[in-house]
Amino acid sequence: MTGFALQQYLDFAYIVAVVLFILSLRFLSSPASARWGVLAGEIGAAMAVVATLFNPEVAHYKWVLIPLIIGAGVGIPLGLVQMTAVPQRTALSHAFGALSAAMIGIAEYYVGTAPVTRFEMGEIALEVIIGSLTFTGSLIAAGKLQEILPQRPIVYRGQNIVSLSVLGGALGLAVALVVNPAHAILFPIMVIVALFFGVLLVTPIGGADMPTVISLLNSYAGFSAALLGFVLDSKVLVVAGALDGSSGFILSVIMCKAMNRSFTNVMFGAFGQVQASKGGVKEERVVRSATPEDAASILAIANKVVIVPGYGMAVAQAQHKVRELYDVLTKKGVDVRFAIHPVAGRMPGHMNVLLAEADIPYDKLIEMDEINGDFPQTDVALIIGANDVTNPAARTDQSSPIFGMPILDVDKAHTVMVIKRSMNPGFAGIDNPLYYLDQTLMLFGDAKQFVSGIVRELSGGH
Amino acid sequence: MPPDFISNLYVFILAGFVGFEVIKRVSPLLHTPLMSLTNALDAIVVVAAIIIAGRHETPLTTALGAIAVAASFSNMVGGFLITDRMLRMFKSGRSKQS
Repeated sequence: MTGFALQQYLDFAYIVAVVLFILSLRFLSSPASARWGVLAGEIGAAMAVVATLFNPEVAHYKWVLIPLIIGAGVGIPLGLVQMTAVPQRTALSHAFGALSAAMIGIAEYYVGTAPVTRFEMGEIALEVIIGSLTFTGSLIAAGKLQEILPQRPIVYRGQNIVSLSVLGGALGLAVALVVNPAHAILFPIMVIVALFFGVLLVTPIGGADMPTVISLLNSYAGFSAALLGFVLDSKVLVVAGALDGSSGFILSVIMCKAMNRSFTNVMFGAFGQVQASKGGVKEERVVRSATPEDAASILAIANKVVIVPGYGMAVAQAQHKVRELYDVLTKKGVDVRFAIHPVAGRMPGHMNVLLAEADIPYDKLIEMDEINGDFPQTDVALIIGANDVTNPAARTDQSSPIFGMPILDVDKAHTVMVIKRSMNPGFAGIDNPLYYLDQTLMLFGDAKQFVSGIVRELSGGH
Repeated sequence: MPPDFISNLYVFILAGFVGFEVIKRVSPLLHTPLMSLTNALDAIVVVAAIIIAGRHETPLTTALGAIAVAASFSNMVGGFLITDRMLRMFKSGRSKQS
């Protein structure tokens, strides 16, 4: 009797948690209300966790409280990482989420209170396969982002055939288990094969494709949690997993569109090899270079300046110097804005976070579609550490590997300045015709030092 | 197909649509915090892990459950923490001057 009433309270807590989760994402629609979203999510999660601790099935608190303390001990430092490390932290958290979902699915298989039906076996097998491959795939992604593993795509002949046969092997074992759930020995083999497939899936993918990969892994982690909800008949998991999965899926679609590539191309294409044939024709073309003094004098008389930051700015840790440049120009009455390409950085929205950390107001961070119309009225477009997202060949040159990719139309600005270490092409090895335009000035050097040079010139000459 | 599968499928489809509509409206400015927030919400699988670990049926399931509790709870704590840190940094031009 009391047990029944308690169960109702628990279900009610879960329902409230679900409502708070949806509100939490709803609050994220604007930066002004976004922090309420975190609060709503925290309350919902805390309610669900506390309610679960009252579940009469939880009889041995030792096995719950110690892992909770360990989890908090790992989670807090991971919540305090630097903003440049957020992409690898995110990949690692996808790995943890998927690990958790896979472990629970495996445990559910071995609980064995009643023999599993074929249908349940199918659910568990699918859930465990997705959870396992997402776990190892995310670990590889995190390793690449942390630069423990090489960022370059690692490819070999017949790679796709090998990868797909490994996936086929895992699915084949799952089918064999569904046909006869009594073949218990196949289950751990299936887990191992799925773990191996995750490694094969992400290893060939290069650093610049990470925004898409991280979003896809996010989606897989979410859907594995939703599938776990099916296995355990837990609606709160189904809802949370569906929200997370659809979020990752939407972000993947946005990232793919921003690179004009399909999912299959990202997963199986291994960018960066297509260009080898293009190296043949090399013509000597002239670039104009300039010093920090030249750049400062041009910027000082400009009315409208658009800064285009890329991953190179983050690598050079130049964002705080860029903020100083923003301040000194704004003080002189120059209108300074930032143009953000959707795939700038190593994960969706990464550049915005880095610039917000440097205290640049978010209303100055403008999306590509919004700012592209303004470039013809822009006096100076200053490109810091971005390359391919500014390449006009994407608009005009049908033979270019990036043809069709949406770019920032910086070439339409009156003057283009590009801070770059050298004339080396970007990740895809594609030459950028922008550098040879009449209105383009190349500012060769380290982004951080060059920007501080400009700032010194601008504030000193006053 | 078992009846609970059908009811879960309803919930999944509806939640998927709600997710799509809500997330579509999130400003691209906040896509990184979006990912860390959904990650923290997804860590609600900790409730299933708590039950598996707390039932203490066999050493194997308890160990798997305990790992799952630690992994998902670290996502929950870390995810909310970093999301809030990021969102605190987003200031508009007006609020910055004050």
